Amino acid sequence: MANLKTVSKKSKAQSMGMHTEVLTGRTQQKFFNPDEAENFYYFGTYDVDFNKRTELDVKEMTAPEANKEIDNLMSQGYGTIVIKNPQGKHSLGVGILNKLNLIFEGSLGYFGMGSCDGPIVRINGRVGWSCAENLMAGKVVIEKNAGSCFGAAIRGGDLICKGSVGARTGIDMKGGTIIIGGDAGAFTGFMMQRGRIIILGDVGINLGDSMYDGTIFVGGEIGSYGSDAVDSELTSSDQDWLKRKLKVAEIGENFDVSKMKKIVAGKKLWNYDNLEPTEKKGAI
Amino acid sequence: MIGQSIGYRYDVNLLPDYSKLTPFLKKYIEAMGWDDLNWLEDVHMGYEEDRPAVFCRNANGWVTIPSSIKLPNNQQDRDMIARELLVKFQMSPKHPLVDLKKAYLKF
Repeated sequence: MANLKTVSKKSKAQSMGMHTEVLTGRTQQKFFNPDEAENFYYFGTYDVDFNKRTELDVKEMTAPEANKEIDNLMSQGYGTIVIKNPQGKHSLGVGILNKLNLIFEGSLGYFGMGSCDGPIVRINGRVGWSCAENLMAGKVVIEKNAGSCFGAAIRGGDLICKGSVGARTGIDMKGGTIIIGGDAGAFTGFMMQRGRIIILGDVGINLGDSMYDGTIFVGGEIGSYGSDAVDSELTSSDQDWLKRKLKVAEIGENFDVSKMKKIVAGKKLWNYDNLEPTEKKGAI
Repeated sequence: MIGQSIGYRYDVNLLPDYSKLTPFLKKYIEAMGWDDLNWLEDVHMGYEEDRPAVFCRNANGWVTIPSSIKLPNNQQDRDMIARELLVKFQMSPKHPLVDLKKAYLKF
């Protein structure tokens, strides 16, 4: 169990109101110069150009073959790739850690666009279960409907479905924003820990069940609230953010965000038998 | 109630004030082709070992802010500095994941 130290001396960080306690753990020191040359991409990723465009027909390919070919095209500098005939294949477009403009002309099966970090993706059809699972960063837009577990465990980025989604949308999400133009199923926001979900339509039963933190905005009717999900006041800051985010999502242009409901955690579940120690610490 | 709870080191639900964007962050958004801060909306300035710090999810650790950087008094400005430093840290060849990638990359 981690040690909790009581801090008696008031430090600069404390005087800024940033903390009341300190967790101790193992330290790994890594040094870098914050003034080094501007670099916006992960070390070792491909330098691609959005204006360099190509098409890839995956009709006769397996998913691993298609994913390797996408990687190969990125290595050649292609920044815009149009995928033809995805035909509902599973696990297409997974693990892309690169800046990229990816367009699917058709529908995807299960686990499409999983574990991605950075790309802008447009899917002109529908998607199956767990689309964009573990998304770290980037923007994924689905023009039609999505299956269950949409955006499961995402940590960042914008995940947009212009149609309706199935059950357990945003289950265990730890960051990022999920935006639904239509309705959402039961247990939306189940066990969510951080991040934001916006639903312009109705939502099913047990909304935000066992949510630890994060925020859910609902424009339509709510089937029922889950355990520890409670209403909160919609602030002007929320409304400004909602307007801007809906513009990013290309939906709800004339939607009256002032009438949306805001749901947050009641924080009655904030109790643990054990605390996880901080394992690594970086230092500049 | 059983067990214990531990508070966050920052307000995780604080929405960013886009009027505070730094020039570096504007260039980053443009380079990535995004419309806004995207994943950086969830990044805030916290603390570690009594020093201001930002959490790096890729390294699963806190990156402390050099004392040479003067921090403003409001959280929105501090958050923008945290975001800028975190991008620089994650894209640096000295990031811990670079070593891990060399050691464990499969394909």
